[in-house]
Amino acid sequence: MNRLGELERAIMEVLWESPDPMTVRQVSGCLTDRDLAHTTVMTVLDRLAKKGFVRRQRAGRAWRYRPAESREAYVAELMLTALDQTGDRQAALTRFARSVSGAEAEALRAALEALSQAGTGGGTGGSAGDRT
Amino acid sequence: MAAAVLTLGAVAIGCVVAAHLLAGASWPRRSPALAIALWQALGLGWGVATVGTLAGIGAAGLRDAAGTGVTSVAAGSARATGLMLGAGTAARAWDVLTALRVLSLTAGILLLTLLCWILLAAVHAVLRARHRQRALLGLLAHDDPKVPGALVVDHPAAAAYCVPGLRSAIVISAGALDLLDQAELAAVLAHERAHLRARHDLVLLPFTALLRAFRWSAVAREANREVALLVEMMADDRAQRRLPARELATALLRVGAYGGGRAPIGALAIASRPTATGMVATAAAPSGALPPGTPGPTIDGELAARVARLLRPPPGLPVPAVILLGAVAALLVIAPALALLLPM
Repeated sequence: MNRLGELERAIMEVLWESPDPMTVRQVSGCLTDRDLAHTTVMTVLDRLAKKGFVRRQRAGRAWRYRPAESREAYVAELMLTALDQTGDRQAALTRFARSVSGAEAEALRAALEALSQAGTGGGTGGSAGDRT
Repeated sequence: MAAAVLTLGAVAIGCVVAAHLLAGASWPRRSPALAIALWQALGLGWGVATVGTLAGIGAAGLRDAAGTGVTSVAAGSARATGLMLGAGTAARAWDVLTALRVLSLTAGILLLTLLCWILLAAVHAVLRARHRQRALLGLLAHDDPKVPGALVVDHPAAAAYCVPGLRSAIVISAGALDLLDQAELAAVLAHERAHLRARHDLVLLPFTALLRAFRWSAVAREANREVALLVEMMADDRAQRRLPARELATALLRVGAYGGGRAPIGALAIASRPTATGMVATAAAPSGALPPGTPGPTIDGELAARVARLLRPPPGLPVPAVILLGAVAALLVIAPALALLLPM
C-alpha cells in the first residue's frame, strides 16, 4: 500500500478510537511516533473528507473531524456487497461459495461428515494446522 | 436481401431455442470452457441477428422507394405517423407495409442502442462498486500470515471473494480464517487466483448486463446462472491442478454450511433460493461411500454440482463433440456477420 493510503488508514484508526470529534492538532498528537507535519495530517484529513469517510465541523477557529461511519458499519458494508450478490454485482466481485441456511445447510453438513469419515478415518478436518 | 433477412431471423430464433437447450444440458460441466464459448457465441449471435433482422426488414422497404435513405426514412416516418394517428384517409396496403418497415427499422435501432447502453451501464456500475470496495479495503483490511497475498476483513461471517481489475485483491473474512484449515485456505486462494488470472469477471459482465435489461426473460436468467456456475467450475479445475481436490470440496461445503450462520448480518447475507432439484448429499460423497440410490437430504444444487465434480471428475468430451460444438459456436458468430455484410 502506498504511503498516503497507509496514512489515511492510520488517521481513520485514530478517529474511530476517539469518542469525540478531533482537531488536526489532536490527531497529530496521537501519531507522534510517525513524526508527521501538521500540514500533512491536514491534507490527509481533507482527502478523507472529500472521499466521504470523514465529516468535519467548525469548532471555534479550528475544524473538528469525526468518522462518517463507524468501523463496524464499513465492515458490514464490505461484507454485504460481497455476500448479497443478486446478479447485478456478480461481475463486480466473484465469490467463492454462497452460504445457505436451514435444511440446505444441514444437508451440506451431512455431506461434509460423510466425506470426512470416508477420507481421513473419522477426522472432521476442522482443526486448523493438523494437515499443514 | 430476403435470403439474408430470413437467415438472420432463423439465427435469432435458433439462438433462443439453443440457449434453453444448453441451460438444461448436462455436458457443460464436462467442458466448462467450451460451454462458456458457446454461451458467448449464442449471446453475440442473437444480438447481431435480431438487430440485423429488424434493420433488414426496414431497409428492404426503403431501398424500393425513390430518393436517398434519409428522405425515404422521413417520408416513411411521415406516412407511418399519419397511419398511426388514423388520419382519415383510407390506408392503402402499400402504406401499411411501409409503416411496418419503418417500425421494424426503428425497433432494430432501438435494440442496438439498448444493448450498447446496458453494456456501458454495467461497466460503469461494476467499476464504481470495485472502486468503493478498494477504498474500504484500504481503510479496513489487514494481512495475515495464514493467507499470504490476501486481505483479511474482521467479520464473523465466512466469506471469500476477489475484486478483479488492474489492482485486483483477494479478500478473506476472519470468519473464513476460523472456519477453514490451512489446506482449505490454500485451495480457496488458488480458486480465487484462477478467477483473477483468467479475468472471469469479463466473461460474466455481458451476461449480467443482459440480465439487467431483460430481467423478465427466463433465458437471460438461465444464461446468467449457468455462466456464473461454469466460471466457478473453471476456477475449481484450475485450483485442483496443483492442490488436492478434496480440500477444495470440503472448503466449499464448510463455507456453504457454516458461512452465514454465525453472522450478525446473516439474514441479509443469505440469498436463499428454493432448494435445488433432486441433488442429493450422496453426490457429494466419494464413489462407493454410499450405495447408489440411497435417499439423502437435498442440498443446494450449485454447490453439490461443484463438489460432486471435484470428487468424481467427469470424463472430458469426445473429440468429435468438441469439434462439432466449436464449429456451432464459430458459425453463430460468423453467419449473422456474413449475412449482414455480403450483398445478396
